[in-house]
Parts: sequence; structure tokens; C-alpha cells
Amino acid sequence: MVNLLWRSTIGKKAVMAVSGLVMLLYLVAHMLGNLKIFFGPDDFNGYAHWLRTIGEPALGYEWTLWVVRVVLLAAVVLHIVAAYQLSRRDIAARPVGYAHRGASRLRMTFATRTMRWGGVILGLFIVWHILDLTTLTVNPHAEPGHPYENVVASFSTWYGNTIYIAAMLALGLHIRHGFAAAARSLGVTSARLAAGLRVTANGLALVLTAGFLAVPLAVMTGVVS
Amino acid sequence: MNAPHSTSDRTQPGATDDAETTDGAAHGTTDGAAHGATDGMELTLRIWRQPGPEEQGAMTTYRVTGISPDMSFLDMLDTLNERLIAEGDEPVAFDHDCREGICGACGMVINGQAHGPQPTTTCQLHMRHFDDGDTIDVEPWRAAAFPVIRDLVVDRGALDRVIGAGGYITAPTGSAPEAHATAVPKPAADTAFAHAECIGCGACVAACPNGAAMLFTAAKVVHLGVLPQGAPERESRVLDMVTAMDDEGFGGCTQVGACATACPKGIPFESISDMNREYLRAVRKGGRG
Amino acid sequence: MQDPTAAAPPYAGYEVGTPLADTRAPDGPLAERWNTRRFTAKLVNPANRRNRTVIVVGTGLAGGAAGATLAEQGYHVVQFCYQDSPRRAHSIAAQGGINAAKNYRNDGDSVRRLFHDTVKGGDFRSRESNVHRLAEVSTEIIDQCVAQGVPFAREYGGLLDTRSFGGVQVSRTFYARGQTGQQLLLGAYQALSRQIAAGRVEMHPRCEMLDLIVVDGRARGIVARDLVTGRIETHTADAVVLATGGYGNVFHLSTNAKNSNATAIWRAHRRGALLANPCFTQIHPTCIPRAGDHQSKLTLMSESLRNDGRIWVPRTPGDHRPPQDIPEDERDYYLERAYPAFGNLVPRDIASRAAKNVCDEGRGVGPGGQGVYLDFADAMERLGRRAVEEKYGNLFEMYERITDESPYETPMRIYPAIHYTMGGLWVDYDLQTTVPGLFAIGEANFSDHGANRLGASALMQGLADGYFILPATLGDYLASLPADLTPRAEIDDAHPDVRATVDEVADRLCALLSNNGDRSPESFQKELGELLWEECGMARDADGLRHALEEIPRLRAEFWRRIRVPGSGEAFNQSLEKAHRVSDYLELAELMCLDALHREESCGGHFRSESQTGTGEAERDDERFSYVAAWEFTGEGKPPVLHREELDFEDVRPSQRSYA
Repeated sequence: MVNLLWRSTIGKKAVMAVSGLVMLLYLVAHMLGNLKIFFGPDDFNGYAHWLRTIGEPALGYEWTLWVVRVVLLAAVVLHIVAAYQLSRRDIAARPVGYAHRGASRLRMTFATRTMRWGGVILGLFIVWHILDLTTLTVNPHAEPGHPYENVVASFSTWYGNTIYIAAMLALGLHIRHGFAAAARSLGVTSARLAAGLRVTANGLALVLTAGFLAVPLAVMTGVVS
Repeated sequence: MNAPHSTSDRTQPGATDDAETTDGAAHGTTDGAAHGATDGMELTLRIWRQPGPEEQGAMTTYRVTGISPDMSFLDMLDTLNERLIAEGDEPVAFDHDCREGICGACGMVINGQAHGPQPTTTCQLHMRHFDDGDTIDVEPWRAAAFPVIRDLVVDRGALDRVIGAGGYITAPTGSAPEAHATAVPKPAADTAFAHAECIGCGACVAACPNGAAMLFTAAKVVHLGVLPQGAPERESRVLDMVTAMDDEGFGGCTQVGACATACPKGIPFESISDMNREYLRAVRKGGRG
Repeated sequence: MQDPTAAAPPYAGYEVGTPLADTRAPDGPLAERWNTRRFTAKLVNPANRRNRTVIVVGTGLAGGAAGATLAEQGYHVVQFCYQDSPRRAHSIAAQGGINAAKNYRNDGDSVRRLFHDTVKGGDFRSRESNVHRLAEVSTEIIDQCVAQGVPFAREYGGLLDTRSFGGVQVSRTFYARGQTGQQLLLGAYQALSRQIAAGRVEMHPRCEMLDLIVVDGRARGIVARDLVTGRIETHTADAVVLATGGYGNVFHLSTNAKNSNATAIWRAHRRGALLANPCFTQIHPTCIPRAGDHQSKLTLMSESLRNDGRIWVPRTPGDHRPPQDIPEDERDYYLERAYPAFGNLVPRDIASRAAKNVCDEGRGVGPGGQGVYLDFADAMERLGRRAVEEKYGNLFEMYERITDESPYETPMRIYPAIHYTMGGLWVDYDLQTTVPGLFAIGEANFSDHGANRLGASALMQGLADGYFILPATLGDYLASLPADLTPRAEIDDAHPDVRATVDEVADRLCALLSNNGDRSPESFQKELGELLWEECGMARDADGLRHALEEIPRLRAEFWRRIRVPGSGEAFNQSLEKAHRVSDYLELAELMCLDALHREESCGGHFRSESQTGTGEAERDDERFSYVAAWEFTGEGKPPVLHREELDFEDVRPSQRSYA
């Protein structure tokens, strides 16, 4: 079964869809958590601490968080490897392009056209984001246990904001095409559902992008400091 | 090098004498802009010429005049070819047969669009959809799975092999039960028909930026899958056809939708997600049916 | 080979050879014959079948069905088609439907009624035993196709829908919208594809048969050209089956696919197979008229349009007003006027001839005056535009795409066109030609339609031959081969008969390529087609046919003198393909005209102006012509020999058709 899934284009696409949806689910939670920043440093830092203690005392400190991290890592790796392999296939399947230049009947949306590069941007961003706010390697404040201050510090730099805002716009586009595409990859077909899916995809893209952007904008405008 | 045609005028009215040579020599008539039925259109064609599978090809420019708006695109190419033969050149090779839009033989990418600007086959595309003075790019289907044989002719044998892998219902001659033994609900019969209309022209592959044959394969998977007769082989069919499709070097689906836009028979884009569902269902059921 | 560029003297005469008889049909009651034949047929041991190779040329309904079925039975099949895929054979373009005596409607249909209708429809020029078998097998075809997943039209209860077609009184035509041929062909193609994938059929697409290899009097293989590489190949077998369709393209303009051709049957004819009734050609009354000289292909509109459309032309010749401006009393609804009982629904041949007559009077409409109106204004008033749209919407759309005129607003223009050829290779009850080991099935043979084919019967015959009849009779031939038969292994390229055939093919292609004349293959096909349409088309007479018989040898000589084929033989070369096909048309056409000239009667699609009733209807002459005319080739440009197969009618009594 694993073989059938990973060996075929359709199976691999399903793997991408499922891993993408797992990441999407995480992002929704992540975004909601981020908004706690508007309640002030104590609430936000408390929330961050709570994340590490979920399941205690049955589970140990940060156990849950590590489970989530492992699942996410698996999702990211599967998503990227599948995307890379499928893209190579797709490019090899059309080695010669058309000489004609000009308007074509095919109207691909911007979101569709930017899936591959958007994905690359998001992959790089994840690395930056972990270095910035998890390991604090590149964070200007870099004080463990004080995520509020670290976030504010990061969004007080021009490059921190630029990288973050660009990545969140890419995320919106990626979700916009990706959510509906994932549904189709998993075989959701009916026309009524398709319309609903499109609305959901656009809604998710909008809400997530707006929710994530609220934080740097708030820091930049001084609402959060 | 030109042989005189005067003796054959009776049989070749207008086919050769009002066309212009490829080198752009001065054109005798002055009607440039006329779109009238008598003079017809003047067009510049940029056509992919490639002498053989292993040889280099290039876009080559030709000018044709006296093109009637009632001509089909292939009639127009016939006109050019008759002139090329008269000039001792080799005519442009292109596949064509029924010229009624049903055999699926013809197909070329016209101005970047598979089968040109209308949702139909190239043989049913008429010159009235072009304007006098237009420049038209004509290219073969492009996909790794469709190697060029010559000019606009490509090898679409990969599609036949995808069908051979499972696009059938095993019913050896003589083994069939009475036709009314199994009733087929009308909606299922109608869905089957809508997908069975595929003519195997390959426009979906040509239009797809990934050179994917998903729409083609899906059409057959859905056609046979919705019928009760097709149920026993439902799982093996989709697994085998998708494997064959991948093995032939077609790309995967990135949900662009170009295939369904190009399809002259209106095979619905949704059939691809239908096939995805069928495939995942077959995988869940443990592979072979 | 004689010098082909010298015009042979025209022939109008012929010699009469020994009579011909079908010795394969068993005696006894008609309804028992097929059973009897199947029982008496010898069988090939299943273990031995894979050692028997059968060549099948063509992948249409007949060829595709035969290739799949023979492979299922265990034979090694080697199959050819000139198209890039077996799915493209021209059976795919058939629109209307397929007849079968299922009697699902409980409307009095039966095998016997289908048999009667077909013999009558063929104007009593077909063999009773063959036609009865066709009617018997028809029911099995529907079962087979349904099992394959052919999406026939169904009713809400889930059972198969039927409609009436071709002027018969029962509803026995099964259909899949206007694409029945496509769906049936794809069913056969899929069955064939399964056998190809299993390695039991060796498929050669883009490979065209150019000659037949005959060794010791038996068909043992073919010479074919790989159209991609240009290589001339030999393929040997224990039997050869031709399923290469009809020869309508001899007329240049027809509803056939552009590349459909007569080469396989004509080359087989030259190798000894008799060609039967070549003048029996069918003209379909409802085609879209051509728009101009540039056009080289005609498109059919389903005959069902005549159910609601009214056919008319202006009363006065030369009336060029737009149709809307011609008042009712200045229109001539000529079919309704001349045939009040049947009106616009008269049979194909009558409707076609009437259209030609009014156009000849100068009353035709559209470009060149080659068309008549088919008007739906009354139907829309009576049924409402919606109802008309529901019934004919897709046809109207197709018409509008081609002509840029909307039939909802202005009457359609239609004109007759060559559509089907009833003539073909003579075959016996086993579908074997006069060359042992050479079989012909589908439109390529002459067997079942007599002088006129009924609507929705072509698909029935192709599939009957391919799925059921040939697979039963071919085994008998293979099981009866003599022990001292030359083994296949010895029939290699060094065999003198093979070498001679290959050399002839190579010489002919070389002659075409090296001629460097000044006329294209298309120009010759067009000139020949125009001549045939004029003299051997809808109405024929002795003077015209004699004129054609004089012109054809002249044109043939001119062809070999002036043909120009650019490019090389060792590559993909469509001009060469075409030139070769045209060279065969130029020979076949002569025999067609001779056959038409010799048959001094009118029957079915063959209308001799000299032989008509007082009211202008076709008049048969059963005393003199109740036979199949099977022609033997004696040499290029030489008069052929006529072998007559007398037709006996036991069950159906020949009568004169009347539709007035």
C-alpha cells in the first residue's frame, strides 16, 4: 500500500495533500495562539509555557510539543520530497515548450503559477523562523522563556518584518491553490462541494494571512511593544 | 524550378496560382486588407518543420493568400501543401483522417492553444475565426511521451498502451449474458457516455504544462467504473492504468485545468478527482481487485 | 510490367466466364443453415492455435472485432492499420445506430423480419443465406457490446432504448446519441488493446498493406510499408483477413475518412480475388454541401433530420433570393409533391436523385447551386423551438460550426454525397474470397447489402463478421490445410513469390517517386472523382459510362506521365501514400464504370436512366440481372472476365419498390 502510494503520481499527490492539510491544521492553531500576543507579555509567555506542559503530569515536560514537532517535521519532509520529485517528473514530461508567445486561452491563476516558487520560499522561511524564534540563533533579543520579547525584537528589525510579511503572502497564495487542489487530489469531486471548497480555500488563505500579519503590523505600529 | 501549371488549371482552380512563394517575393495583388469572398485572407504561417524524429526542427515562415473564411484549418494547410508540391518542396506533414471531429487523428497547437482558439478539433476549426493579415504559429503536440515523427506529426502510441493496461472490460466474444440481464440506471449510463466521448486526440496532454495524461486516463476509468459491468475490474483497472500512465513518462496533475479547457469533447475536469478517488479507494482495498 | 504511361485502349466489353456459386452455405431451411455450417466446420485444436498466424488488415468494427476474437481463441494475430492508432478507423464516424432483432419493443420484430427488410432494402441483389445469418447474429452483437461497457442509450428503467430508423416499421435500432459507431468501435478497440497488451496480437499501426503474397495459390502474407520509416516489409501468415472498408474515396468527395482507400482490396483483386458489384455505391441525401473548391471532404448530417425537416427549392430556376424572402407559393416541396405517401422520408436513393434533378434544373441553392433547403421553420412552429433543440441541437451546432449559419434562423442546406460502397471483394458463405486463405469482412466484402444498404446496418454487418462469423469459419480453413502446405518458415524474403511481390511494390513506389512531373496526387484524385460523380454517380447512362471508360485510361496514362511526389520513400511521406492510393483508384474506377455499364437495369443505389418506370422510379430487370457480378482481373487495361453468381430467392419474393 505504501508502495502504491509513493510510487505513483496520484499516490504521491495524495501524500502531499494529507501532509499539507496536517500543516494547515497546525497553522490554524499556531495563528490563534499568536493572537494571544495582544493580551500582553504575561498572557503570551504563560501560553507559551503551557504549551510545554500539556499532558503533565502523565506526560513529561515538552513531550507533547515534541510529538507535534516530529509529526510536523514528517509532514514537511514528505511534502517537500514529494513536491520535489513530482516537479522533476513534470518538467521532464514537457521538455520542449511552445515557441508561440502571447495570450493563451489558458488562464492560470497567480496562485497556481506560483505554487513551486511559493513552496520554496515557505521552506526557506521555516528554517529562518525556527532559527529566529525557536532556537533564537538569529534573534536580536534571544532570551529563552520570553517569547513575547523575542517576537517584538524580531519584528522591530526591517529584515525580520520583510521576510515574515513576504512569507505570509506566499503562504496565503499557497493555501489558496493548495487547499482546493488537495481536496481534488484526495478525490473530492462534486460540483456543489467544489464551490464550497473554493470559498473555504479563499477564506482560510485570507484569515491565516491576516491573522499572522496582525502580529508584525501590531509591533510596527506600536500596538504591541 | 516551377513547372507550368497552365495545363492543369482545370483541375487545380486557384490552388497554386494565387499563392506566394516563401521567400517573400513581391506579391502581385494589391488587396492587402480585403476580407472579401473573392480574394480571401492573407496569412503568415509559422510552422514547425522537422524532417525526422532524430533531426533538428525549426519554425518556418510561409505566406498564404486567397484563404476563404469557410475553409477549415486543414483545408488551409492543404492549400499550402498543394503549392509546396507544385514548387517541388515537401508538404507539411500532419495527421488527419475523418475531418469530422471524431477520429482524433488531427491535432496541432495553434497560437499556443491545442486545437486552436475554438473548443473543437483542428479539422472543425474554420478560418473565419482568424483575421486577414494574422500571423499564426502552428506547432506539434509537445510532451516527452509524444515524440515528434515529422513536422506536426507525433507518436501517440503511449495513449494506446495506457488503454491496453486496463482500459477495457474483460468480456471475450461469446461470453456475454443477455443485454437486459443487468439494468443500468440512466444516470450511470449518461455519466459513462459523457466520459466515453473521449477521442484520444491527446490535446489534454499537449495543453498540460506537465504533459500529463490524467484527463485521458480518467475519462476511461470513469466510463468503465460507473457501469455495473465494469465493477469486477474496478480496482485493478485504475491501478494498472495509472501505473502505465506514469511508466510512459506523462507528468502529474497540478490542478491547472488546461486539459479540460483544451478538450474538444468536453470531458469534465472533475473526472480527474474522480480518478484520484478511485485510485485511493483501490489502494485502501489492498491493490488488486 | 507494361508501360503505364501509354494509354491503354478503352474497354467497354468483357468476357463471360464460368458461373460462380457459393458452395459453402449448407442446404436446408434458411434458419438452420448457420447452425449447420458451424457444426460442420472443422475445429483447430486449442493447443495448436498459437502456432497458426492470421494477418488482419484494418482495425474498424470488422477488423478490430475479428482481431480481438481470434486472439481470444488462441490464434497468433498480426494486425495492421494505416492510422496511428487502431482506435481511429472510420467506423468511428458512424452516427445513427445499429440494428438488432431483439424485439424489446414487442412491436412485431423478429429475425425473419430483419432478414426480410434487409433483402428488400437491398433491392433483391443479396444472398438470402448470408442476410438471414446476419439477422440471427444481430442479437448477440448487442449482448456482446453491452458486456464490453458500450454506453448505449437507456430509458429511465435502466433498460436499453431503441429508435426506428431507415424507414422500417419497427423500432430496432440501438444507439449511443449520435456517436454509435464511435462507441462500438471503442468497445472493439478496447478488447483488441487487451490482446495487444497480452502479446497475443502483434499490432502494426502506421503500416499500410500494399500487396498480397500468394504462394501455391493461397494467400500467405502481405507486403506492407511502414509509414514512419518507409521500410517495405513482408509479413507471412496462414491466412489473411482484409477488413479495409469501402472504396468511396474513388469519388474524391465523400463522407469517408480522407485516407480510407481501396488499395488492399484492389491489390487482392489483382492477385486473383474476384470483385463483386463494384458499381453498387450508396449516396446519402443529407450531407453538408461543400463550400468551395478547396474542400476535399464532406460531412454527413444524420438522416434523422428528415423526420421533421421539410425539403424544398425555389420554384423558378435562378431564384437567388434569400430563403426567407421566397414566399410559400414560390417554393417547391418536391418530395412531398412527388411522393405524397412518404414525403420527405423516401429512401436514401430516391431522395438523393430527386435533389440532383432539381439542381440540374438550375433550382439548386447555395454556392454553385449544389444544394437544397432542409427547413425546420414548420417543425419549430409545431413543436416549439425547445423541442427541436432537444432533438437536433447537437446536429444544428455541428452544422453551424461548419457553415456559420444557424438552422434555427435560416434553412439548412443539404446535398447528397457518396457514403458507402455495397460492392467489394466477392466472398462465399465463409467470407472467403476466391483466393484460398484470403478472407474479406465488413464493408470490404460485398456480401449482405445487395444494391442498397439500410440505415444502421453497416455497424451490424461489420461486428457480425468480426465477432461471430469469421472466427467460426476461419478455423475450418485452418483446420483443413493440406499436410504438404509450404511451412511459414520457408516463405521468407528469399522465396521467389515473395521476392517478386516485393519487387513489384518497390518498382511502383520508385516509379511514383522518380517521375518528377508537375501534378499533385490530389489533382488527379479530384479530376477522377469529378468524372465519376458526373458519369457514374447518382444517375448513370450508357453514353456517360462509355465516356468515362474512354477518359479513365487517358487520365491513368497522364497520371504516370505527370505525377509529382516530393520527398523520399525512406521516410514519412504522405504524398507518396496518397499517390499510391490514387494510382489504384485509377484502375478500380474503370471496373466500376464497366460494371455500371453492363448492368442495364436500375436497382438500389445503381440507377440507370434507361431503366425507369413511367414515374421515374428505378426499374429492376430480374430476368437478366438477378445475379452478383463478380469480376476477374486479367491485366491492366485489359477487359476483365465476368463470373455470374445467380441469386435464388426462396423466402422473399422479389417485388418492385414503390413509394409514391
